[in-house]
Amino acid sequence: MSITLRNVRKDYDAQTEVLKDISVKVETGEFFVIVGPSGCGKSTLLRMIAGLTPITAGEVSIDETVVNDLPPKARKLTMVFQNYALFPFMNVWDNVAFGLKARKMDQADVKQRVDEALKMVNLTELAKRKPRELSGGQRQRVALARAVASDAKICLMDEPLSNLDAQLRIKMRQEIYALQRKLGLTLVYVTHDQVEAMTMADHIMVLNDKHVQQIGTPSDIYQNPANDFVAKFFGTPQINILNAHRSQTDNHVLNVSSDLEIALDEEVPAENVKIGIRPDDMKVEATESVEANATVKNTEFLGDETIIYATLNSGEDIHVVVPGQVNYRIFQPIKVSADSNLMFFDTEGNRMNISKEAYVHA
Amino acid sequence: MLKSPAQSTPTTPLSVEKTKSEIADQEAKFTLNAKDKYFAWAFLGPSLLILGVFIFYPMVKTLYLSLFLTNTVGKTTVFVGLSNYINLLTSADYLSSLGVTLFYVFAVTIITIALGLVLANLASKRLPGIGIFRTLFSATMGVSVSVAAIFWLFIFNPSTGFLSLASTWLHLPQIPWLTDPTAAMWAVIVTTVWMNLGFTFLILLGAMTSVPTTLYEAANIEGASSRFQFFHITIPSISPTLFFVSIITLIESFKSFGLIDLMTKGGPTNATNMLVYRIYKDAFYSGNYAQASAESIILTIIIALFTLLQFKVLEKRVNY
Amino acid sequence: MDIITKPKLSRRIWDYALLTILAVVVLAPFLIGLWTSFLPTMQIAKGNFLSTQVSFQNYIDAFTQTPILRYLGNSLVISTATMIAQLIFCSMSAYAFVFLKFKGRKFLFGLFLATMMLPFEAEIIPNFQTVKALGLLNTYSVMVIPFLTSAFGVFMLRQSFMQMPIELKEAADIEGLGHFQFYWKMVLPYNRIPLMTLGAYSFLGAWNQYLWPMLTTFSNDFRPVQNGLRQLQSEETFNDWGMIQATAAIVVIPTLIVLFIGQHYFKSGVNEGAVK
Repeated sequence: MSITLRNVRKDYDAQTEVLKDISVKVETGEFFVIVGPSGCGKSTLLRMIAGLTPITAGEVSIDETVVNDLPPKARKLTMVFQNYALFPFMNVWDNVAFGLKARKMDQADVKQRVDEALKMVNLTELAKRKPRELSGGQRQRVALARAVASDAKICLMDEPLSNLDAQLRIKMRQEIYALQRKLGLTLVYVTHDQVEAMTMADHIMVLNDKHVQQIGTPSDIYQNPANDFVAKFFGTPQINILNAHRSQTDNHVLNVSSDLEIALDEEVPAENVKIGIRPDDMKVEATESVEANATVKNTEFLGDETIIYATLNSGEDIHVVVPGQVNYRIFQPIKVSADSNLMFFDTEGNRMNISKEAYVHA
Repeated sequence: MLKSPAQSTPTTPLSVEKTKSEIADQEAKFTLNAKDKYFAWAFLGPSLLILGVFIFYPMVKTLYLSLFLTNTVGKTTVFVGLSNYINLLTSADYLSSLGVTLFYVFAVTIITIALGLVLANLASKRLPGIGIFRTLFSATMGVSVSVAAIFWLFIFNPSTGFLSLASTWLHLPQIPWLTDPTAAMWAVIVTTVWMNLGFTFLILLGAMTSVPTTLYEAANIEGASSRFQFFHITIPSISPTLFFVSIITLIESFKSFGLIDLMTKGGPTNATNMLVYRIYKDAFYSGNYAQASAESIILTIIIALFTLLQFKVLEKRVNY
Repeated sequence: MDIITKPKLSRRIWDYALLTILAVVVLAPFLIGLWTSFLPTMQIAKGNFLSTQVSFQNYIDAFTQTPILRYLGNSLVISTATMIAQLIFCSMSAYAFVFLKFKGRKFLFGLFLATMMLPFEAEIIPNFQTVKALGLLNTYSVMVIPFLTSAFGVFMLRQSFMQMPIELKEAADIEGLGHFQFYWKMVLPYNRIPLMTLGAYSFLGAWNQYLWPMLTTFSNDFRPVQNGLRQLQSEETFNDWGMIQATAAIVVIPTLIVLFIGQHYFKSGVNEGAVK
């Protein structure tokens, strides 16, 4: 089952706009991730698809049928919540059976579906436990089992992993992905975590400041971010965004500061630009203070690589990732350089030198 | 160490929990279910009916009655405006009732709270077997008004009572507990305090045991005496609860009726003739419904003021 | 609250001594009452407080010569009915205030809150006239109907219903539960503890009613225990202290047992409803 949003808008009242003009199509069987910082309206968007929150304008369709006025139960979908929404007074089995019983499904059918769902998420042994007797990961699995047991083919998930610890998150990520593929669910998954988005999604929608920033595949979004927000949102450590201008003497030379110049194959597209350079596309060398264009602020050794935090002589902060272990003192002068693998943004932060169509598709 | 940007990437944002108010707000704007209003009537109807008939209507009716003269079956005869109130507030008799009530109310509240604090402070110590003492101290909660009255009537009984016997053994002068005006007032106060003590103790104990122990640990490291700790840590920490129980005790004492009726019947010589007892006697003994209504309104105003005070403070607590 | 640093032994002994003395003082009226309930009235009248003629005779007399069991039965009926009614009606109202969106919600809630300011004691005159006109005098109903709901109960339950995660309601919406189903299957079981607390409060509240039953009942068939004890105590032939104490003990012992079992709920209820 596919989901289509056409020019969907949400206002809480005349003054507070929450979401502006959202249009997207989620294909049948697709793992679709909505990602953005907290407060960007991503949970509201999910609740609008579920029918829990009414939309102010626009159209929500499921399988090409407009469902704007349908109550949640008629939309044939399931939802997994951040806090799992388990009923504390029911055991695991009853929690999973709850939705089926509420829909007055036949007893034998309920039993079969619940047992199967519990088996699929490895909870068969814990069926008689109450939620408070379960660990975080097990509770998460109960919530998943509910979605599995339902025959609805659309599943909505609202930050389902954010209450789990880091290790468990990786494990559950894989389990959710496997379930989605196995059951052929159309899954809309809301998260603030770029790693979850990158690792699971078929398509990602990046939401910020009421607007869709970009919709695309994970690699699209990483390699061709539509603007500096998207560029900064994906990739750890964050991309360096620096102010730069075209050299007055050579159109192919970019001046980041008077002592950091980058020679390019292409022409610099405007006089004043912002550039984005991933931290591993920069180089650092120790040098005499005369040649130095930056000073080390701090270094972090991560085992297989080292992050160097430094301040350019122009005052801008940068960070650089270099392989292996390197030893720099704090305040040591260094020379930073970059190769030509960089992105241009205009002073507003919008990506330059790339056609719109290249990234707005989904 | 400098804060590394790696730690502030979107992988670990500061707040991911949706705030309650944010969602509650979403919910409040929820308009899909227009049928809610019919459900609202179904769910609220019974309560509204009861409150309407037995709380709102009688309040209006009482106010109405208080502006008239009434005959012995409570029918209004002549409109007299505020003169029932003026008569009351200029009558030495009523003012003395008011004074007696105020004395009783404040004595009961102060003594109950003070004793409650002493008991709760002792019982909040972490000692083996403290649970038994906590249970014993809260025991008076289970005592209803007539049982308390019977227990204490025996204790105060002038001829065969426990206090009279004890005075004989100890060769102390006999106090005519229930026949001397001052002594009778104190007898009622003592009994009320005793009845209230269990509840007050339990609430204060709950508040005291939830004060973070780290505060006391810090104070101990600083070498603060336990007396200092009590007044500078315990009392400020439990002040909202302290305020709450004080107001509750105050309001409940204003409404005292049962003990008065059982122990003194307002006497001797009106020494314990408090507001509610007066209303009862003026209405149902003397048949002076108009005056009793005016007294009811005055009582309502007093209680409403204290309740409002409580709401105000409570609101601050809820919102902070 | 003292830091656990092995308090000095003398300090401990002092604490226990103080606790014991205070416990004896607080419990003295019980102990005196209980002790005299085992003594023959003759001995009490003679001031022979330490008599050794201990017996259950007073209890036997209380059960056989007074309607104390009837009074207890009446109170049990009235209190149970009040409790059940308040649990239902208060929870329904609280549900409406938390989960239903309708015009005038704030106003109505304000109205409910306002009733907490109006003392029932100040409204006995019209209320007496009302129940008289309805022909309810001297029935069980007269002691239950005015207390079918309570603003305090609504307020307290509203506070705890608001603590429910909104996702539970959303999950129920997705499964298509109507309001009655959600109320019955989710809200009530989820809030068992506050409901038990309210149950305890409303039961004890009804049990301790004094003024209203005194005005509206005048036969032992309906008289609840509080007024029953008053009746016994004021009857002229009844100057039998031993038996009076026995009746008081009969009344107080079950409440004490219930209280000790239910103590936890009282405490949490007050904290929920008021101090939070």
